[in-house]
Amino acid sequence: MALDRELVGRSYPPSAVYEVGRAKIAEFARAIGSDDPLHRDTEAARAAGHPDVIAPPTFAIALTLEAAMVVLDDPDVALDYSRVVHGEQRFTHHRPIRAGDRLVATTTIEAARTVAGNDLLTARVDVATEDGEPVCASTSMLVARGEA
Amino acid sequence: MTLRLADVQVGTELPERTFPVTRADLVRYAGASGDFNPIHWNQRVATSVGLPDVIAHGMFTMALAGRAVSDWTGDPGALVEYNVRFGRPVVVPDDDAGAEVTVRGKVGALLEDGGVRVDLTVTAGGEKVLSLARAIVRLA
Repeated sequence: MALDRELVGRSYPPSAVYEVGRAKIAEFARAIGSDDPLHRDTEAARAAGHPDVIAPPTFAIALTLEAAMVVLDDPDVALDYSRVVHGEQRFTHHRPIRAGDRLVATTTIEAARTVAGNDLLTARVDVATEDGEPVCASTSMLVARGEA
Repeated sequence: MTLRLADVQVGTELPERTFPVTRADLVRYAGASGDFNPIHWNQRVATSVGLPDVIAHGMFTMALAGRAVSDWTGDPGALVEYNVRFGRPVVVPDDDAGAEVTVRGKVGALLEDGGVRVDLTVTAGGEKVLSLARAIVRLA
């Protein structure tokens, strides 16, 4: 089913606050095999000028992928989730995510088109602190493969 | 040791890295990231949707390539922009060796705003798995 171009620009209400914990950052760093002390040693992070341990550059996906699900739950978005694959991913970091951050994610549909029977939907998730300081943006292009 | 802007020029190559990827790594990544799509840990489901076997999370492959960049710069906070296109899946067999993801990279451009663009080539089994993989890092 083709995607409606009028979806482009649609924004969804902000997510609940996600509080970033030191243990979650350490767990994610371990899962990607990183032993960088900036992810697990508060003293090392402070010595490098950060207020607390910082997250690996792709950590944001742990909150932005779930935030982007709001798009797939939108009844106007005719995307067959069982056929969806992740086509492209982009992160723009204003500063590293760090332990203690209280983050809010706001999702916007950036592009929607149908190419050769495949539905392509690009969702941007802007992540900011609850006080409004921009932290990063995560942009995901989702592809729903056509039946053919 | 943190890399400095003065240490790099267009064409500077990153050390080549090879990362083994086993089923256990995918289970650990699923837990850490919250992405429990069964195609990343359940062969029955993966083959039922037409995949040859369980495949790695694209985001896991992206994270490994990001590590190659961060380990090179010595500062994971230096990466300010990072984008990839997921070309082919990384198929992870149910054995102790798993798959191997190889990351090569070189400096593609020094940007006017001081950023350093790193162009990455990420392969598994000799095939490119990420395309248009680029990172921009800020070095002191």
